[in-house]
Amino acid sequence: MAVALETVGLVKRFGALVASNNVSLQIAKGARHALIGPNGAGKTTLINLLTGVQKPTSGRILLDGDDISDKTTHERVHLGIVRTFQINQLFGDLTPLETVGLAVSERRGQGLDWWRVVGSRPDLISEVVEILDRFHLTDVIDKRTAVLPYGKQRLLEIAVAIACRPRVLLLDEPAAGVPEDERHEILAAVESLPKDVTVLLIEHDMDIVFSFADRISVLVNGALFVEGSPDEVARDARVKAVYLGEEVADA
Amino acid sequence: MPPPPIAIRVATEWLSARARWQPLEVVFWLVAFSAIWLLPERHLILTEIAWLGLFALSLDLILGYAGIISLGHAAFFGLGAYTAALLAKYGIVNEPVLAMVVAGLAAAALGFATSFLVLRGSDLTRLMVTLGVALVLRELANRYGWLTGGADGLQGVTIGPVLGMFRLDMFGHTGYVYCLTVLFILFLLARRLVNSPFGLSLMSVKGNPLRASAIGISVDARLVAIYTVAAGYAGIAGALLAQTTAFASLEVFSFDRSADLLLILIIGGTGYLYGGLIGAIVFKFMQDYLSQLTPQYWPFWIGLVLVVIVLVGRERISQWTGPFRRFAAHLSWRTLRRRLTVSPGEGH
Repeated sequence: MAVALETVGLVKRFGALVASNNVSLQIAKGARHALIGPNGAGKTTLINLLTGVQKPTSGRILLDGDDISDKTTHERVHLGIVRTFQINQLFGDLTPLETVGLAVSERRGQGLDWWRVVGSRPDLISEVVEILDRFHLTDVIDKRTAVLPYGKQRLLEIAVAIACRPRVLLLDEPAAGVPEDERHEILAAVESLPKDVTVLLIEHDMDIVFSFADRISVLVNGALFVEGSPDEVARDARVKAVYLGEEVADA
Repeated sequence: MPPPPIAIRVATEWLSARARWQPLEVVFWLVAFSAIWLLPERHLILTEIAWLGLFALSLDLILGYAGIISLGHAAFFGLGAYTAALLAKYGIVNEPVLAMVVAGLAAAALGFATSFLVLRGSDLTRLMVTLGVALVLRELANRYGWLTGGADGLQGVTIGPVLGMFRLDMFGHTGYVYCLTVLFILFLLARRLVNSPFGLSLMSVKGNPLRASAIGISVDARLVAIYTVAAGYAGIAGALLAQTTAFASLEVFSFDRSADLLLILIIGGTGYLYGGLIGAIVFKFMQDYLSQLTPQYWPFWIGLVLVVIVLVGRERISQWTGPFRRFAAHLSWRTLRRRLTVSPGEGH
């Protein structure tokens, strides 16, 4: 099995709280890997560590075998680790066209061009239009992002990430907060991600997880609890206990 | 599958819309340049407006486009002013344009060096850091009086003719043409810059730095770049002041100057490049008019205007004028509809 992304003994402490506890995770190339776990299990912390938003207390992160622990967020993006956000992080004043255009021009190393007017590279625009079309954003291409319907904003989250041409894509609850009738559009977008892109999906919705993932890791209290195929995880009594326990506690 | 050409053409239109010249912009510059011939008796104040506008434009670059607020922009202005004045006084560079460029580069270097101080922290931190830098420079200029003239200012500065041909006169005729030309060229440059992919990335950094870095933008490097450019602009504005007045004093570093600059941008608005220019025009003429009215108490009125603008807010002012604009739109609609309904009947 070729490994795309690997963590080795990843630990993150916030004072006395251990948000990531010795997490050693391997994500295979081209995998559809899901990361699940109850609230506060440390899923988002793990994403933050993988993308370099937070520095681990100890441990290493390897991309295709290369240690990238010391790289900054934007360097990791250029290396191919790209994420979406659980809560939309978009540019409210810019249009989808400009947003995806920015991502593409950064990827091509043209983001520092200051002499050229925006919109003067036909090949770039062609790529941007193609991406926006793929994510059903053609009809809102010129609207300010802040006024777009929530579902469209969620699609834009994924479109921007794809524009960065990721090798490993970290999807943080892509369908979170999307109304039921717009949900299928998001799921279809997630399903149709390029096969060569390795995907790590963080999700609460078990229907999505089990229809999408070919491998599942369960995170509990910051530590890796169980890992296996969807069938194995579904049958695992301990996982059931954790989830049932949470549901009982929530009720 | 590549998208159809029509989709690409439409997208290109939309993307380049920000960069397109508006008729009002052309009018603005035509008026500014025609003042060379039409308002010769006002050239002194127009000269001040030109360099002040450039100074405000420089603050707009960092505040309006990158979201960096500063209460010490006079640091770069002052360094530019002293550099230009010293170069002239000691006969190092006698030609003003070259001296101005050197002054701009010196200020840009200072901007680069201090940009790392404004990368971190909140707006409040940035206000304090920038304020501190300007205070430090002012005291350095005060302390090294043998070079700067200290509290008396740098006297005995003789400015050579611009480009070796045009002598700066006491009526500001040459001064206005000189300052306006520099302002126009630097404006064009800034306009190009903010409408480029780099400019768009600045806006993205201002809008959401977290997302900006998540699409591979090096947020810090972009901020350093624009802060350096803006400092250079401010330095050139300072050089223009020193050259057109043949004088530099500690006042170029003053807190008032930085604060006035923010006020000018608040009057004119940020993030569309003209805010600083319009603000400078309004501010200078208001100051000129009010100081004739009440020589001692004019800052009172400026203060009052500031309070009103900030409390009421620009949006609400445009709301108040909304009914008028709707009425105007309604009128034009009615005439249009009348024409549409009448015209078929005309055939009978």
